Amino acid sequence: MASISNLIFYILIFFAVYVQVFFFVTFLENRKKIIIRNGRIKLRSYPAVTIVVPSFNEEKTIYKTVCSLLNLSYPKDKLKIFLIDDGSTDGTWNIIRRFRSYPNVKIFQKENGGKYTALNLGLTQTETDFFGGLDADSFADTESLVRIMSCFEKDESVMAVAPSVTVHNPKNFVQDAQNAEYYMGVYTKKMLGFLGAINVTPGPLTIFRKKVFNDLGPYRHGHNTEDMEIAYRMQKNDYKIEHCNDAYVYTNTPTTVRKLYRQRLRWIYGFINNTIDYRSVLFRKKYGNFSFFTLPTGIVSILIVSYLFGKIVYNLADFLYSKFLVLNTVGWHFTGRTINFDLFFLDIHSSVFLIIFIYSLVVFAIIFGRRMAESKWVISFNMLYFLLLFKIIAPFWLMNAVFNTILKRKPTWR
Amino acid sequence: MIDWKKYLIVFLITLSLFLTASYLSNYFGSKKINQLKLIQDEIAINILSSETQFALLSESSCKNVSDSVLSGELDELGRKLEWSQENLGSTDEVSYLKKYYSLLQIKDYLLMKKIATGCKVKSAFILYFYTTAENCSECERESLVLTSLRDKYPELRVYSFDYSIDLSAVKAMLQIYKIKDTELPALVLDDELLTGFHSIEELESRIKESFKLQEIKPMDDKVNS
Repeated sequence: MASISNLIFYILIFFAVYVQVFFFVTFLENRKKIIIRNGRIKLRSYPAVTIVVPSFNEEKTIYKTVCSLLNLSYPKDKLKIFLIDDGSTDGTWNIIRRFRSYPNVKIFQKENGGKYTALNLGLTQTETDFFGGLDADSFADTESLVRIMSCFEKDESVMAVAPSVTVHNPKNFVQDAQNAEYYMGVYTKKMLGFLGAINVTPGPLTIFRKKVFNDLGPYRHGHNTEDMEIAYRMQKNDYKIEHCNDAYVYTNTPTTVRKLYRQRLRWIYGFINNTIDYRSVLFRKKYGNFSFFTLPTGIVSILIVSYLFGKIVYNLADFLYSKFLVLNTVGWHFTGRTINFDLFFLDIHSSVFLIIFIYSLVVFAIIFGRRMAESKWVISFNMLYFLLLFKIIAPFWLMNAVFNTILKRKPTWR
Repeated sequence: MIDWKKYLIVFLITLSLFLTASYLSNYFGSKKINQLKLIQDEIAINILSSETQFALLSESSCKNVSDSVLSGELDELGRKLEWSQENLGSTDEVSYLKKYYSLLQIKDYLLMKKIATGCKVKSAFILYFYTTAENCSECERESLVLTSLRDKYPELRVYSFDYSIDLSAVKAMLQIYKIKDTELPALVLDDELLTGFHSIEELESRIKESFKLQEIKPMDDKVNS
């Protein structure tokens, strides 16, 4: 029993190391292609873009979101902004109405139907060749759109471009932890971009060619992760998705562990169920790295965390049982012996060295991701927060998502 | 479209990382084994030297001899061996070290017994027999009791032996005390055989008796002289 568990453990570690090495090799191959632009750039031409802001009860942030769009360094007559109130019950609509007099802003109010329905309403009204969304809890950097559009200009075959999403104004431990995670996300997304294997076109300011929707149809519910579903659909139909690392979008992140838990439950549930829906894409040569790397990596990471969860539960039970045994046999008893730190008792299983290796590459990803997002090298305690917090609670939302999938229980948005 | 060469190269890199990690693990493992060997040799020299000293000077050096024997080091070695067995696996080297350790324990026990009779000192010894061959929850609990007792009474000497160890000296002890594998855990305290689990309270009261004798004797000597 113990040896089987050990074998599984080493197989999973093998995959984990493989994934990290794969990312790192991709980085080494492409490092010269990563450019970080400072200051303004000029395009040969400025194609018209429609940006939709779907909103549901976002009165706290939507004003700033719209202002960030109005401040984009992009010709005003080439930028159409649609503000869509998806049946909010708070003051969102009143704030939206304040922008109705802007010539390039159109406002809509509809019955609540979910984010994808709001985006689809925007799609039906779009007359431009480029279309994108911006979540109402996120703010676009002034240079973001023009940099994204430069990617389309450079390569005709690019069908969608995702920006670098980072945390807006982190205020507490939970947000600091996510800050580090989002920097890692920037690195991961860039590498997946090089591999042609991006699996999410995030709600904050991914820009698409309108042709994508003309060809493949509008947004779908996608298990409450419509931005993942559309990326899967594009990958299945061989539509190229790129990542523009120096286009920055700042997003408001959950402030408490509870809110973070709900968000991640939704994301993981979305990943599991979209992957099930698109299982025919798995391990097919014609779907490329998306099929052989991105999806298997996601599946393996779920297996790893499930295994670790089982192991943690087992170890905890074992620990409690041994403490109970001690208490039961010898009662409360404190040893007068001082515990000497003896190097002899350091764990030297080969897994320890491999885990140290994995962690070093994760730390590298966070530091380099931050360099791409802020063009400076920073080492911060946030990494520690991230590794600690996510190590403790990630297994729970993951297992929860797995159980929800098995029991066919759908998570709510928030 | 897919760069299979890259998948293969990453596989080979990962494989070499695994091999490196297992090499490191073995390297540090053998370093630990060497460390254990050094400790054992040191203890062996100490016991041998005490034995020789005792034989040379006989009763006249009672005080010096009993001071120079190092049971603390044996304890530490025991803990390290136990850890090694759990973490490095029951390799040939570890089981060889375990045999050596059992032998050292017996030698230490015999020497202490000789000193005890020669110097008219009564020491508290416990011989403890357990098994790792089968699941023995009583043994686990008895070990806890003994560890806790040893912490309480630093002078108490507990010599523990694996029943299933392939060492003739241990087998001889099993014969002397007529210990059978069905009666494990077994304790020998003051030449009396106790089988099965014995609680901390019971053993403590027995040990206290043992200790009292030990404490009273030197006082008597003083009174007599």
